[in-house]
Amino acid sequence: MLKQIEGSHAMAEAIALCRPEVICAYPITPQTHIVEGLGELVKKGALVDCEYINVESEFAALSVAIGASAAGARAYTATASQGLLFMAEAVYNASGLGLPIVMTLGNRAIGAPINIWNDHSDAMSMRDSGWLQLFAETNQEAVDLHIQGFRIAEELSMPAMVCVDGFILTHAMERIDIPDQAAVDTYLPPYDPVQVLEPASPISIGAMVGPDAFTEVRFLAHYKQTQALGLIPEFAREFAKTFGRESGGLLRGYRAEDADLLVVAMGSVCGTIKDTIDEMRDDGVGIGLVTIISFRPFPVDALRTALAGARDVVVVEKSVAVGMGGQLADNVGAAIRNLPRAPRLHSAVAGLGGRPITRASLHHLFRQATVQPWEGTHFLDLNEKVVGREIHRKRKSRRSGPTAENILRQLAIATGLPAAE
Amino acid sequence: MFQVRIHGRGGQGVVTGAEMLSMTAFFEGRHAQAFPSFGSERTGAPVVAFCRIADQEIRLREPIMEPDCLIVQDATLFKVIDVFAGLRSDGYLLVNSNKSFSELHIREAADRLPKGHAVIVPATEFALKHIGRPVPNAALLSAFAALTQFVHIDSVKRAIDKAFPGKVGAANIAAAADAYEFVLSQQHAASAA
Amino acid sequence: MTNPVATLAPEEAVQKLKYYQKGTFTVGNRLVAEAERSVQASRDRSNALTCGHRACQGCGEALGARYAIDAAMRASKNNLIAVNATGCLEVFTTPYPETSWQLPWLHSLFGNAAAVATGVAAAMRVKKHNEVRVIAQGGDGGTTDIGFQCLSGMFERNDDVLYICYDNEGYMNTGVQRSSATPPAARTATTAAVGPEPGNVFGTGKSVPKIAVAHNIPYVATATVADLHDLERKVTKAMGIYGARYIQINVPCPLGWGAASHDTIRLARLAVECGLYPIFEAEHGKVTQVRKIRRPVPVADYLKLQRRFAHLFRNGHEDPRVARLQAICDANIAEYALIDAAAEDA
Repeated sequence: MLKQIEGSHAMAEAIALCRPEVICAYPITPQTHIVEGLGELVKKGALVDCEYINVESEFAALSVAIGASAAGARAYTATASQGLLFMAEAVYNASGLGLPIVMTLGNRAIGAPINIWNDHSDAMSMRDSGWLQLFAETNQEAVDLHIQGFRIAEELSMPAMVCVDGFILTHAMERIDIPDQAAVDTYLPPYDPVQVLEPASPISIGAMVGPDAFTEVRFLAHYKQTQALGLIPEFAREFAKTFGRESGGLLRGYRAEDADLLVVAMGSVCGTIKDTIDEMRDDGVGIGLVTIISFRPFPVDALRTALAGARDVVVVEKSVAVGMGGQLADNVGAAIRNLPRAPRLHSAVAGLGGRPITRASLHHLFRQATVQPWEGTHFLDLNEKVVGREIHRKRKSRRSGPTAENILRQLAIATGLPAAE
Repeated sequence: MFQVRIHGRGGQGVVTGAEMLSMTAFFEGRHAQAFPSFGSERTGAPVVAFCRIADQEIRLREPIMEPDCLIVQDATLFKVIDVFAGLRSDGYLLVNSNKSFSELHIREAADRLPKGHAVIVPATEFALKHIGRPVPNAALLSAFAALTQFVHIDSVKRAIDKAFPGKVGAANIAAAADAYEFVLSQQHAASAA
Repeated sequence: MTNPVATLAPEEAVQKLKYYQKGTFTVGNRLVAEAERSVQASRDRSNALTCGHRACQGCGEALGARYAIDAAMRASKNNLIAVNATGCLEVFTTPYPETSWQLPWLHSLFGNAAAVATGVAAAMRVKKHNEVRVIAQGGDGGTTDIGFQCLSGMFERNDDVLYICYDNEGYMNTGVQRSSATPPAARTATTAAVGPEPGNVFGTGKSVPKIAVAHNIPYVATATVADLHDLERKVTKAMGIYGARYIQINVPCPLGWGAASHDTIRLARLAVECGLYPIFEAEHGKVTQVRKIRRPVPVADYLKLQRRFAHLFRNGHEDPRVARLQAICDANIAEYALIDAAAEDA
C-alpha cells in the first residue's frame, strides 16, 4: 500500500512485517524513530509475539540479540555511529558465532568531533567484521532491503547490516509502498536455525578455538560471503517476482552501458548523481553511474564487468580512511586493477559529517576528472582557506588549541557571526 | 519539479508544515519529498524545511537551493539569515506577518518577483483565533494553495486532518480556511488594481 | 570423560553417571536422611558439568559450579540454558573440540553474560517455552568490573535470569590480576608485593551483593564452597523465584591465592568465620537471613594460609594493614549481626 510516510516509520513497518521475535532498543540519532516506531507497534498490539526490550547501552542491545538469536528467535536491533563502535566487540561476536541478526545502521559520522549528521564512516568501521552490508539508495529500497536482509541472513546464518543514510533517508517523508503481510510471509518463512540452544539437545556454543582450527573457521566465513554473492541477486529476483519491483541485488547501472565516464557510489547520493548525469548527458557527456548496494560481500566480478568499458571511473564516497584515502575507492581499485585496459580511477570524498552534496559540485567534479584529473584523494567542497589558515596557525605555536574549535572560530569570523567564547 | 523552502524557528511546526505539504501532493497522486535541515533542534533556533513535488520519482537529495516558493513563518529571520538565497526570479514569496513588506524592509525582494507572486498573511493571528496557539503552519499551507494554485484546497484540508486528529484538526482547518480566503481576496484586490 | 562436540544423538549426548561417581564423604550422604542429601549425592543428578574439564587441582570455581548447576537443573527439571562469561570456567570447561557441559551452553563475550542471558530468556518467553529457565554465570572480573553495566541493566529490568558470580577475587584466567573484588593488601600480578605499600590498595570496596540488594531484585545471596548444602539450598530457592536473581559464591583459587590445593574448603570456611565474607540472603532490598559465625577467628588465621598475603607477615612482624583488614571484618560482623550475643559471651 502506498503511503506518504517518514523513512524511519516505513522501515519500522517493514521490520514489523518480518515478524521479529526479539527487538532490542537503545536510542541514538538518527535511528531512534525506527525503534520508537517498533516499540509503539508492539505496545498497541499491532506487532504480536514480539519481545521489545529497552536496554542500557548498544553493547547490551546487540548482546541481547545474540542471546535471543542463539536461542532460536528472530532478533533485530538498530544503531549508528558511536553506538556501533560501542557494540563493536559484539558485532564481531555475532558474525563469528554465525547468528542471523538484522541490524539497521542509520549512517552517521563517527566523532571526535561529535557529529550527528550523515556519512558512511560507521559502516566502514565494521567492514571487516563478517556482516553483510547492504546500502539503500532510496527509502523504498530501505524498506525492501530489510525484508531481503532477514531472508539472506537466515539462509546463510550470517548477520546483516542494512545501511540507510541518516537524516537524508531516515527523516525524509516520501511516497513509499509498504508491502502486505501475506506477501512478506510468502517471501520470508519462519526462522529455521542452523544451531539452537534447547534443553532437548544440549550443545555448547562459543568455545575457544586455537591455531589449529581458527584459519578454517575464518575461511568458512569468507566462503559464506562468496556464497552471498550468488544468493543476494537470487533473492532480489525472487523479491521482484513477489513484490513487483526491482530492489536490492549486488549493484545496478544507470545509463552505464555506453558510458566513457562511470561514477561509482553508494546510498542516497546516487539519486542526486542520477539527476546530474541526466543533465550532463543532455550536454553530450558520455557519463553513467554504477550504484553498489552490496558493499559486503564486495561484488568484485560484477563490478569489473560493469566498469570494464569505461575510460574513467570516479568514485564518490562519504568516508575516508585517515592516512590512506577512500575505502570504497580502494576496493573499486582492487576490482579493476587487472583489467587489460583498466580505467583510470579518480577518488573523491564528499558529504563528510553531513555536508550536502550538490549537483553543481558534482558537475564540476565529473568534468574535472577528465579535464584536470587529480592525484590521490580529492575532498569535494573543501574550504581551502580555512584549512590553510589552520595549518599556518599550528606551525606558529605548539599550544595551538583543539583543531575543531579553531576551525569553528575561523568559520564564525568569516561569516561575521559572533564566535563562541 | 516544484521546490518549496520553509523558514521558521524551532517549535513553530516548520517541519510538520513541510510534511503536510508533501501529504497534500500525495493525496493528489503526486510524488513529494519533505525533509528538514537537520540539527539538534532547540525551541526558537532557526529551522529550515524543504518540500519537493513532482509527477515522477524524486531522486534529488540536496537541500533546496533554488526554491520556486519561499514560505517564511517567522519574520524576525530576515535579519538573521539570508532567507531569499536562490529564490527563483519567477518564484513565490509567502510571509507570515501582520506588517507590510515595507515595514519588514523586504519591499525590494518582493518587488523583484512577478506581480501577484508575493503575499503577506497574518497566519499566526488566524491560528490564535481558531486554535488558540501561535502555530501558523496549517494556515500557511492553505495560503500557499491560494497563492500558487499548485495544490487544491481540498487536498490541503485532508492533509491537515491527517496530521492533527479530532478537534485540533478542525481548528487548524478553520484557520486554514481563513488564510485561504484572505489570500484569494488579496489576489483579487491586486489584479483589480 | 568430556564429550566431543555434538555429533551424538540427543539421547546419547547426556552422559549417564558411572557407579563410582555416586557420592562422596564430603557431603556425608551415608549419615544423612535421603531427603536431606545434597543433589550431588544423587546418582540421578544431571551432572551438567561433567568430569574431564581442565580446572586446576583444588579449583573452588569448578566445585561451586558443579553444585550450583546441578541444583538448578534439578529445580528446573533439566530445562535450563546457561550463558557463560569469558573466564576460567569458560576456558577450562570447553577445551575445543571438547566440552564438559551437558546442558545448552553459550559463551559470547567477557562483559555481556547478563545481557545475552536476557536475550535467551526473551526468546523462551516469545516461543512460549515458559518452563525453560536461564542462568548467566561468570567470575568476579566479568561481573563486578567489565560486566557490571549489563548486570545492572538486567537487574533494573527484572529480567528472569539467575546470575551466578564465582568470586575468586581476581582475574585468574589471564594470570591473576587485580579486580574490584580483590581484597585490600592482596598480592596480584598488577598489585605486586613490593615497595612501601605492597599488594592491593585499600579502596572503598565494591560489594556487588549490596548493589544487587539496592536494586530491590527478588533474591540476592552470598554463598561459599565451605557450605555446599547451603549453596544448593540457595540455588534451589532462587530457581523457585521469577525475575532477576543474584548469587555470589566465594570460591578460593589455590593458584591465584598461593594456597595449597587441599585447603580450598578450609580457606572458604575461614573467610566466613573471620567475617571477611559475610554470608546472607536478601529479598526485594532487605536482608532476610544471615549465616551466624559460631566460632569467630582472627583474620590473620585466614591470611596466613595464603601466599598472596605473605608480605604482611615478613620476619615474624605483622603489617599494620592486618589490623585494618580485621577492622573490615569487625565492621561486617556488626553490619550483618554475624555473631550472636550469646555466642560472644560463651
